[in-house]
Amino acid sequence: MALEPHPDRGGPGTPLLQAKTLTKHFPLGGGAVVRAVDGVDFAVMKGETLGVVGESGCGKSTTARVVMQLIPQDKGEMLFDGEIVGGKDLTLKEYRRQAQMVFQDSYASLNPRLTIEDSIAFGPTVHGVSKANAILKARDLLQRVGLDPARFAARYPHELSGGQRQRVNIARALALGPRLVILDEAVSALDKSVEAQVLNLLADLREEFGLTYIFISHDLNVVRFISDRVMVMYLGEVVEIGAVEELYNDPRHPYTKALLSAMPSMDPDNRTMEAPLTGDPPNPINPPEGCRFHPRCPHAQTICSKAKPALVVTASEDGTRRAACHMEIPGSGHSRAPSLEVAA
Amino acid sequence: MTPLVAIDNLTVRFRGAQTVHAVNGVSLTLEPGKVLGILGESGSGKSVTLKTLLRLLPESRTDIGGSVRVDGRDVLALNPQDLSDYRGAVTSMIFQDPALALDPVYTVGEQIAEAIVRHEKLSQKAAMARALELLELVRIPSPARRLKAYPHEMSGGMRQRAMIALALAARPKLLLADEPTTALDATVQIQILLLLRQLQRDLNMGMLFVTHDIGVAVEVSDRLAVMYAGQIVETGTVRELIRDPRHPYTKGLLAANLHGARKGERLEAIPGAPPALTEPPNACSFAPRCKFVQERCRAALPPAVQLGEGRVVRCVLAEEALTAAA
Amino acid sequence: MTAITESAPAIVVPPLAKSPGYWAGVFRRFKKDKVAVGAGLVVLAIILMAIFADYIAPADPTRSSMLRRLRPIGTPGYPLGADELGRDMLSRLIHGARLSLFMGVVPVFIAFVFGSVIGVAAGFFGGKFNTITMRTVDVFYAFPSVLLAIALSGALGAGITNSLLSLTIVFIPPIARIAESVTTQVRGMDYVEAARASGANALTIIRVHVLGNVLGPIFVYATSLISVSMILASGLSFLGLGTKPPTPEWGLMLNTLRTAIYVQPWVAALPGAAIFITSISFNLLSDGLRSAMDVKG
Repeated sequence: MALEPHPDRGGPGTPLLQAKTLTKHFPLGGGAVVRAVDGVDFAVMKGETLGVVGESGCGKSTTARVVMQLIPQDKGEMLFDGEIVGGKDLTLKEYRRQAQMVFQDSYASLNPRLTIEDSIAFGPTVHGVSKANAILKARDLLQRVGLDPARFAARYPHELSGGQRQRVNIARALALGPRLVILDEAVSALDKSVEAQVLNLLADLREEFGLTYIFISHDLNVVRFISDRVMVMYLGEVVEIGAVEELYNDPRHPYTKALLSAMPSMDPDNRTMEAPLTGDPPNPINPPEGCRFHPRCPHAQTICSKAKPALVVTASEDGTRRAACHMEIPGSGHSRAPSLEVAA
Repeated sequence: MTPLVAIDNLTVRFRGAQTVHAVNGVSLTLEPGKVLGILGESGSGKSVTLKTLLRLLPESRTDIGGSVRVDGRDVLALNPQDLSDYRGAVTSMIFQDPALALDPVYTVGEQIAEAIVRHEKLSQKAAMARALELLELVRIPSPARRLKAYPHEMSGGMRQRAMIALALAARPKLLLADEPTTALDATVQIQILLLLRQLQRDLNMGMLFVTHDIGVAVEVSDRLAVMYAGQIVETGTVRELIRDPRHPYTKGLLAANLHGARKGERLEAIPGAPPALTEPPNACSFAPRCKFVQERCRAALPPAVQLGEGRVVRCVLAEEALTAAA
Repeated sequence: MTAITESAPAIVVPPLAKSPGYWAGVFRRFKKDKVAVGAGLVVLAIILMAIFADYIAPADPTRSSMLRRLRPIGTPGYPLGADELGRDMLSRLIHGARLSLFMGVVPVFIAFVFGSVIGVAAGFFGGKFNTITMRTVDVFYAFPSVLLAIALSGALGAGITNSLLSLTIVFIPPIARIAESVTTQVRGMDYVEAARASGANALTIIRVHVLGNVLGPIFVYATSLISVSMILASGLSFLGLGTKPPTPEWGLMLNTLRTAIYVQPWVAALPGAAIFITSISFNLLSDGLRSAMDVKG
């Protein structure tokens, strides 16, 4: 038997994935706690690509692992097409057929002792597909990711280049016929010329299989190219989320602004003259009170160290643009905040 | 003016189970006080070229040909004593991973002071005072306290600054930078790039900056050299290369950087992957991946076409353009 | 997505040109290692010698002769001399290889099976299970192996079976430790995460993704213990806790010949040399295997 395609249960209006106050803390010795993911809310609509950006320690990779349920969340829940992940309507095993992940390290994510086709066929056999069928499917997928099965199917991972291996990892993720694919820095380790090939492939596959992507990367250019919407994370929290061009052209959160202006200019006549931020991103152990960005923020005022700003709807026509900054919250007490009357 | 660095027809070959022709005839010059960015992907030979300048390659299994002159010295001919005087005092290097350069069991101050004392006759106390100055120079906050800190007690950006201070300890004339910002976060990367740019200018050092990231190269360099398969395929000023790239590989790299690329566009990706370099090149190494490939690209090495002062392109297309213009 | 056509059970998967594969690569790298190949040949020769001892040995290893006691090497009819009871040394060494090899290989093999099970389980499941299992193993590991072997053998009483048992117990802890550490490493690899993400249960993941990657290194480590086991077994026999005379066994031979060290030092040293050559060959072989199994060669 082959795997049945998944029906669209909730209809186009239901987000494919909805994360509600996802929280994951890692206790360290001596009472310290790494607040890797701290109350993260977001939704991914069907067929869209949500880019996730942020620096080391912002929690983007932990978020990916929680969404994939490789580590359980401490708090919060996830709805997949309207059903609770791990609930009675959508068991974890069923969920894992519908959500798959591609990792950054193309070598570490393939078993060195299995041939390429065996690696791809493993998932389907777990779900009851016969070995012969799974192998045929694997070869079909290899073709689709641009690797000639006659040449590659029976090879081992160390015989392939980094770009080829990442194609195999993508084929492996697609073998179960998922609806959601989480790409965790999936192109970051590749050379630029190879990265472009893989990005084209990802765009083609999204079209062909009707996939939804969560695309995690530190490379803002790549995220801009592939995403419909972008979520910016800082120290385990979402600071801004919105449509990609809106967010890149008019960032509302000071951290998003800083991140964007830290990008190299690519213009020899207009080189960056001043670093937008000083110091390193702080450690997610004992994050600052109030707004977590306030110690590095050029616009920080008293209110910022006292109260945590909520993620509120901000300048956008359709209300999908949100930022967590006191300067965006009417009457927050920040001198640059819009006044209440205007908002009302 | 005599150039600070003059590399002529450098070849580097690693012997082993399989011989690797890592560098295949690289020639470049660097004027004092200037920055040359060397741009290339993994395996292009950019880091190997850089390491040759400090003779850091394992000599027992490396064959080096050609000549390398730095500040008037024939680097490949230095005897062990001269080599150790040369390292650090004339040429110094910073790495992608500060863990390679900083010793975990000594404080940052001790390491910098040690590097100073090795090249200058100074008391330990005077060396420590200079180490403090260096930490101030690289703008480490509360430098007096950081002098006594161990590398693991510092954040990534801070360690990178400490490594730069260490590299500057003996006042080198040439700084080699091997992807020093690749492992850093975006907001830290730009800080380090600006710091390096300023230090290079203030101290009037020459700098060779190796990177795979065009954006980074543009931020720091005066001139660029693009490497592919152990050869320089194009050189010129940053402006010339960004505004008017001539080699198909340079064009491909610029497109792959995605600067300003919009969603839904199809990327002009270079197909295939770089060659394995088990043989020395006898034709254009880029030919198998090139859209504009011609018969003669596969028959012989492409000509090094001189388009202007310091502007060289190794491609038959550049030759055609030149003859068409003439 | 195009589903695979449901052409019932008769699906034929066309075979593809096989890549040389992992083991072919191991063999190719191993062949290049002259020392390891040499050691392997020595080990092979010793094994063949043990198997065909009855046909190779020129004389009966237990036939003694009071007239020919302690003859030097090269005595006619006694190419390697004679021992303190006038038995042919060459024949005794050839026959002795059987028990010595047996005592070297069997305890290690049994310990390999049990140690791997314990270590892989502890490494894969981690957490409290790991802590409890590995601390228990550590209690045994804390004793020096010689002391533990002697203590166990002494408690169980002399004899081959008991020394076999005690040696097995001695080798389980170190093998379990290695198994646990390589398994912990493999468990953290992305391909194991990816397998979990595909919905596979723990046993399937261990079978498909863990065992193939950990058994090799554990096996190589176990090979290096064969020489230790031989030496310990010899030691037990030497102390009278292992084999009983007149059965030829290298350790026991070393013991009974020790009084002759001043009379015929070369003959007395022969069993020691046999132990030495065999154990060093096993060690060199396992070193060679380890570097050959390193994929990035």
